[in-house]
Amino acid sequence: MTTDTNPIAMAAITSVGAAGMPRHHLAIFVALFVFLIAAPFLLYPIFVMKVLCFALFACAFNLLLGFGGLLSFGHAAYFGMASYVSAHAAKVWGLTPELAIIAGTLVAAVLGLAIGSLAIRRHGIYFAMVTLAFAQMIYFFSLQAAFTGGEDGIQAVPRGHLFGLIDLGSSEVLYFFVLAIFFAGILLIYRIIHSPFGQVLKAIRENEPRAISLGYRVNRYKLAVFVLSATLAGVAGATKAIVFQLASLTDVYWTMSGEVVLMTLLGGMGTVFGPIVGAAVIVTMQNYLATFGDWVTIGQGIIFVVAVLSFREGIVGVLAKWIRKPL
Amino acid sequence: MFELLGIPPQVLFGQLLLGLINGSFYAVLSLGLAVIFGLLNIINFTHGAQYMLGAFGAWMLLNYLGVGYWWAVFIVPPIVGVTGIVLERVMIRRLYHLDHLYGLLLTFGLALIIVGFFRQFFGVSGLPYPPPPLLTGGYNLGFMYLPNSRAWVIVASLIVCLATWFIIEKTRLGAYLRAATENPTMVGAFGINVPLLVTLTYGFGVALAGFAGVLAAPIYAVNPNMGADLIIVVFAVVVIGGMGSILGSILTGFGLGLIEGLTRVFYPEGSAVVIFVIMALVLLVKPAGLFGRSV
Repeated sequence: MTTDTNPIAMAAITSVGAAGMPRHHLAIFVALFVFLIAAPFLLYPIFVMKVLCFALFACAFNLLLGFGGLLSFGHAAYFGMASYVSAHAAKVWGLTPELAIIAGTLVAAVLGLAIGSLAIRRHGIYFAMVTLAFAQMIYFFSLQAAFTGGEDGIQAVPRGHLFGLIDLGSSEVLYFFVLAIFFAGILLIYRIIHSPFGQVLKAIRENEPRAISLGYRVNRYKLAVFVLSATLAGVAGATKAIVFQLASLTDVYWTMSGEVVLMTLLGGMGTVFGPIVGAAVIVTMQNYLATFGDWVTIGQGIIFVVAVLSFREGIVGVLAKWIRKPL
Repeated sequence: MFELLGIPPQVLFGQLLLGLINGSFYAVLSLGLAVIFGLLNIINFTHGAQYMLGAFGAWMLLNYLGVGYWWAVFIVPPIVGVTGIVLERVMIRRLYHLDHLYGLLLTFGLALIIVGFFRQFFGVSGLPYPPPPLLTGGYNLGFMYLPNSRAWVIVASLIVCLATWFIIEKTRLGAYLRAATENPTMVGAFGINVPLLVTLTYGFGVALAGFAGVLAAPIYAVNPNMGADLIIVVFAVVVIGGMGSILGSILTGFGLGLIEGLTRVFYPEGSAVVIFVIMALVLLVKPAGLFGRSV
């Protein structure tokens, strides 16, 4: 990258790269790891895996919104399409689960590149509308295409054998596979946020014209973070298809895009750990309110309204204010 | 009878008429969005839910109070507008000093609440709304059959669109509105009550959505989800047209409806996505939109 010779970017490398991870972040990661190792023995493993998939999805979304300042209202497209491709690859092509997930992820990346390169031509609210509209196009495509199974979706996806060796049929074994993917994903996101690239992103978010005048090719950075975010959302969607053995229209519909926005907003956008908390809260709420039908939708709407009107920092944002350290 | 490219004219004109009807809804809804965006700088995600409220308003008037369609056309839009005014006063107003994205998120949440309540209490199966006697017949134009109900939708939405254009571009009130869009502080300094103007504008935009809902009631089934998918297409229409010009919004709405109708004749599989494909092309060629002004 030509911009690495820029003095600002060099300064960013020295201030972030040398220091490594702040101690309290390390402590949280360790605590989270220990908790998640114990979780399947305390809680229902499928439920925890659902939380992990959505937490990774929300973290990927937060990379774009919280650090890139770009509100995509169509992230269900990457999540859902990766889920379809991964399910199809595992069921019809008979690929092993890790290859199926990689296939889904690659499709999400390509889709992110195509939609992202068009969407970054507009700013702000228009950007949100463009991403939403393209996601709706992907939804209609999924509704009509033969391989997605239309209204039925792709059901009874085999969990298969990891690397062709380890049987993932048992939920306990599968859990640790999902946990590994989740941790790899959020550590990668953490690395991206704290890299020189992440610093430039924050600069663009804060003041785009100034970033341009400093010589950064802003659109390349925006496109890069868009593709990264779509790719990681794809990892989450592809993994979800293997866990639940199902890919359906729900994953690609606009309500899913809204849910991931809600998780990020509630947990705290622009924080490292917020989306994980937000995803845990929303998935738990969906689980317990599932029998109450449309009250789930109403509850989500109320959380949206309350969060926007009087709780814009989100749960983790408020905690970070209390302890006066970034979380 | 003559045939065009192997398509019987009855089919071709029938689909064009359907396209024109969809276009009427696109035009009225995108016009409302454009009016609201012009002054409030927010994208009103609740617009689809407010369109649904209009349809339900007409249905409730008929089934609970026995008030017919022609009264509903005049009564329901102001009522829906008033609900919008309440929302603006109580909630949306608090967000003007923040990033515009929060307005989008708030109105999205409001849409979830409204649609959720209606789904909970009325189900999703759709309620029939019988068209009034005046709209049941039709004319045979020789090359096609024109049902009265459809002709009425097109005429009524054209009238409302042009009236809106006239109010905004040709009257004193419209001049205040356009001035406040350019520079609210300056307009306030001249003694115009800008916050009141903002509230009324939101109410007017919402009333347009309610009006579209009343028009839709006898044509489509009255259903809590009727606005959700429609509003996303209208967003694409708004991106294609750009929100800078009132006439632009109207033209884009009707034009895209026609194109959608044509697609349904010649390549039915593509009809659901054609507007999104056009949006992609417009973003490539003229990112500001056909009638838009920068950004």
